[in-house]
Amino acid sequence: MAWTRDEMAARAARELRDGFYVNLGIGIPTLVSNYIPAGMKVSLQSENGMLGMGPFPYEGEEDPDLINAGKQTITELPTTSYFSSADSFAMIRGGHIDLSILGAMQVAENGDLANWMIPGKMVKGMGGAMDLVAGVKKVVVVMDHVARAKDGTVEKKLLHRCNLPLTGARVVDMVVTDMGVFVIDKHGSGPMKLIELAPGVTVDDIRANTEASFVEALKAAA
Amino acid sequence: MQKVYSDAKSALAGVLKDGMTIMSGGFGLCGIPETLIEAIRDSGVKNLTVISNNAGVDGVALGLLLETRQIRKMISSYVGENKIFAQQYLAGELELEFNPQGTLAERIRAGGAGIPAFFTKTGVGTIIAEGKEVRTFDGEEYVMERGLVADLAVVHAWKGDTEGNLIYRKTARNFNPMMATAAKVTVAEVEHLVEPGELNPDAIVTPGVYVKRIVHVKDARKHIEQRTNRKRAAA
Repeated sequence: MAWTRDEMAARAARELRDGFYVNLGIGIPTLVSNYIPAGMKVSLQSENGMLGMGPFPYEGEEDPDLINAGKQTITELPTTSYFSSADSFAMIRGGHIDLSILGAMQVAENGDLANWMIPGKMVKGMGGAMDLVAGVKKVVVVMDHVARAKDGTVEKKLLHRCNLPLTGARVVDMVVTDMGVFVIDKHGSGPMKLIELAPGVTVDDIRANTEASFVEALKAAA
Repeated sequence: MQKVYSDAKSALAGVLKDGMTIMSGGFGLCGIPETLIEAIRDSGVKNLTVISNNAGVDGVALGLLLETRQIRKMISSYVGENKIFAQQYLAGELELEFNPQGTLAERIRAGGAGIPAFFTKTGVGTIIAEGKEVRTFDGEEYVMERGLVADLAVVHAWKGDTEGNLIYRKTARNFNPMMATAAKVTVAEVEHLVEPGELNPDAIVTPGVYVKRIVHVKDARKHIEQRTNRKRAAA
């Protein structure tokens, strides 16, 4: 019994703190906004130039001038501010955003991240991912523990070293997968630690699906 | 000096030439200078290098210039929504330079501010840093990136006055203000054209010094790439 997409998002949401300014990537990370605890104030940043992002609009209330970084229609809040892309990335690169939650193709035990290109395939571009992982104070990756291809082959994603081109070197602080949660000492030399298991998942299950070296540092069930 | 032109074609007259570099504002299809791009298409100018965060979608905006093969090279951060782009790129007909989005924005900002290069942490340890100078400041590594300038910038604003002062609307601002500063000639299309004094000077984002030509685009078409809604709660 591994975690669902929503349960992974809910687990990542436990890294939110009151007053945080947060950038959420496309996919499962977007779901994290559904799990902001009641009473906690979290401001969502959208790298196309908006701070204080509201929910999706009701049908008929879409504004083509108001989109998020995934080009989805969104709404503003009383706290919203707008700014240029240069100001937006000054905010990101200058270390003013507290938390970035994003997806990944591969993560290495030293915190290296690959999530933007597969050599030989048409590459869409890195967008703002390289800036986010280089500049944001804390980087949490949310991803499936392994990649399952349509032909049934399984590829590990938590590796000793990424073999895909990097988005950032030593940038990841935490990885939430459908099987568990890992923390990485990206500025130090300590090992990657397994700190939580999804319900029904054993350490042996994790070992069988993980190439990266890690140590067990399991906390009592939350 | 008269900055207001009657239509996009006349606003671009005399500034287009084959092989030039053009900056084009917008994020996705939000805040794109669509009327000016269509006039560039109609002019037939070719071998263009286009600096734009994205490459439009098939049949819209920069997608039009790809269809007509007027673009030789794109400098962008993300081009995922365009099939023609993929075809031409994979066939080797189109050159592509990917920049991290923040690096692209800062390169343009720097170019407009007379800054030839700067250092950033973005891309250190990745293929983006290959062949570039890497220097250590305060114990951290940074990669040198160059400022970007262009022959022409085309931008879209919400309101402008006849002096070229511009105000943008919501997330349609994006790359437009930096691009307006970084080209030899900046041409702005505005949804509302007003007389001097009608814009709040405190709210002006792009001062008129940066804008050489303005064209009023009444009833600008706007596009939504990903219409996303929430459900109304049941009454």
